[in-house]
Amino acid sequence: MTAANLHPSVLLFAGAALVLVLPLWGRRATILLAPAAAFLIITQLPAGEFWHYTMFGFDLSMLRVDKLSKAFGYVFTINAFGCFLFAQHLKDRYEHIAALCYIGASLGAVFAGDLISLYLFWEIMAITSTFLVLARRTAAAYGAAYRYVMMHIFGGLCLLAGILLQVEASGSAAFDGFSLQGLPTYLILIGFLINAAAYPFSTWLSDAYPEATVTGGVIMTAYTTKTAVYTLIRGFAGWEILIAVGCFMAIYGIIYAILENDMRRILAFSIMNQVGFMICGIGIGTSLAISGAVAHAFCHIIYKALLWMSAGSVLYMTGKSKCTELGGLYKTMPWTMIFGTIGALAISSFPLFSGYTSKPMIIEAGVHEGFFWVWLILEIASAGVFLHAGIKFPYFVFFAKDNGLRPGEPPKHMLAAMALFAFICIFLGVYPQPLYDILPYPVDFHAYTLEHTLNQFQLLAFSALAFFMLLPLLKRTNTISIRIDWVFRKGGKAFYRLCQWTFDGINEWANRIFAREVPSLLARFIDEPCGNLQKYGYRLWVEASGIADQQEQVSRRIDSRSRCVAYPVGVGVLLAVVILVLASMLLYLR
Amino acid sequence: MAKKSKKKELDWFDHPHNIRRLRTGFYIVLVLLVLPDFFLHKHHLFSTVESWPGFYALFGFASCVAIIVVSKMLGNLLKREEDYYDRR
Repeated sequence: MTAANLHPSVLLFAGAALVLVLPLWGRRATILLAPAAAFLIITQLPAGEFWHYTMFGFDLSMLRVDKLSKAFGYVFTINAFGCFLFAQHLKDRYEHIAALCYIGASLGAVFAGDLISLYLFWEIMAITSTFLVLARRTAAAYGAAYRYVMMHIFGGLCLLAGILLQVEASGSAAFDGFSLQGLPTYLILIGFLINAAAYPFSTWLSDAYPEATVTGGVIMTAYTTKTAVYTLIRGFAGWEILIAVGCFMAIYGIIYAILENDMRRILAFSIMNQVGFMICGIGIGTSLAISGAVAHAFCHIIYKALLWMSAGSVLYMTGKSKCTELGGLYKTMPWTMIFGTIGALAISSFPLFSGYTSKPMIIEAGVHEGFFWVWLILEIASAGVFLHAGIKFPYFVFFAKDNGLRPGEPPKHMLAAMALFAFICIFLGVYPQPLYDILPYPVDFHAYTLEHTLNQFQLLAFSALAFFMLLPLLKRTNTISIRIDWVFRKGGKAFYRLCQWTFDGINEWANRIFAREVPSLLARFIDEPCGNLQKYGYRLWVEASGIADQQEQVSRRIDSRSRCVAYPVGVGVLLAVVILVLASMLLYLR
Repeated sequence: MAKKSKKKELDWFDHPHNIRRLRTGFYIVLVLLVLPDFFLHKHHLFSTVESWPGFYALFGFASCVAIIVVSKMLGNLLKREEDYYDRR
């Protein structure tokens, strides 16, 4: 084995082990060197399959290298480098270890050559990322982390069931484009879509990411959803259902982002919106669409991390993340504002920024196929992106009403990380050729035609006009918006209450009958067995015969006989013997 | 538009005359963006409507108004107090 086919994940896992033992300066160096070394390794990897091993009688491979996996490998490691530069101040070993393992596992998932290796890394990702939410150490974070991991366990189980059925049906664990539509592939698809935050499995993203730590949030935005995008490209390119799923996500993300008050939650919803574009491209499935989806994933990871960094800096410096409590921060955080705005322009696919050289490829691929509705929805969504992420985020955080916060700029390493990513956003917007060269299919796409650029400028400028004209309607309120997880969260509570009512009711009833009423009845009877029997027999006789004139005298006589102990213990014994005889005769006769 | 990149002083955006200047500049940019449409021959993808001057401007504006209005209406249905899930 040469350095040429060293597995890039190994470097990150080794980095995690080093972070466990090294002192602070060593940890700081390790978290930067591990992703940088992994990036260099990926550039040197030759195409092919390596790291073969045998499990369950299948020949499996942990390292499949082709243009697709390499493209994701590049951006994952570049992003990891920037995110760890942003996280240099963090002394917490535990958070760095979780982050390194999470990134290592997502690289492992991208380079996995078969379904079983993929599943292995898939689950490591779910577990390690949960710790990035838990590390915030607030009650809200613990709740969100619980719901996050439950959803991912469910997704992982769907994937596992699908993989097992698929292996059973096809006799191989190969992970290539699925052609057969059936239960196994549908289960795998659901497993992938849960990680892609597709509706209705979307709530974990907007729920957990904004509750993660300042640096954890930045790191998480890239990997889970984009690994899912990679696996969807690998397995489900051209499945038309994905077009509908993607279009719905693109619109869904915008509407919720418009309603949202928490700045990091606005950005979380815009991840769904952007992943919607990619999934739509995967559904279209032509070589231009797939290349567009990969290019968009690449650019998206960088500008989304940049946006989360600027929001993270604001949260780090002010401790606040609600738009209603922020505003006017351009005065003391001008650099953060500029970098955040560059990210906002990139996500809006503003010409000269990176979104503009990637997203239009997907829309154009849809147009080539003659999908009118896809074109219409994605263009509306493009205008909507500018509305919620492009203007709303910077406007309400850095401008709008001054809430008197004067926090100052974040530490230098945070600004450096933002500067690096802002540079990449502009670089890829001006000169996208290096990006086009690493795409899985050769691309013949020119973003900068006069007509196209002019159209895009018009679309965005008039979206901005609409924003400022309807500003009163967009006033932030101290509210949250209910989502589909209402069904689990309120439904869970309602189910709990239903169970409580049912089982506590049964319990209460049983307690009343068997613990109180029956024993007290028996006690009363046994207190005066002979007298009670006589009284009961006499009452029956009275009811049958209708002669009730001597009732009181008779019962008084029975009582007085009981009181005088006219029936010795022997009568009780006699009764017992009679009952025993009757019982044994009954049993014998039967 | 170019609104955010022109900051010079730390309270530049607090002065009403600066906001007025920005707004005027923004309107001029809007007009300049639509003007070339009258002289260009534009292609269309699905319908000839697309090649009308200012189509994308109108499209962007109308989409955003629609998105905001629809969100606002859905908001009445979906918005809850922040402690909604914590209450019993």
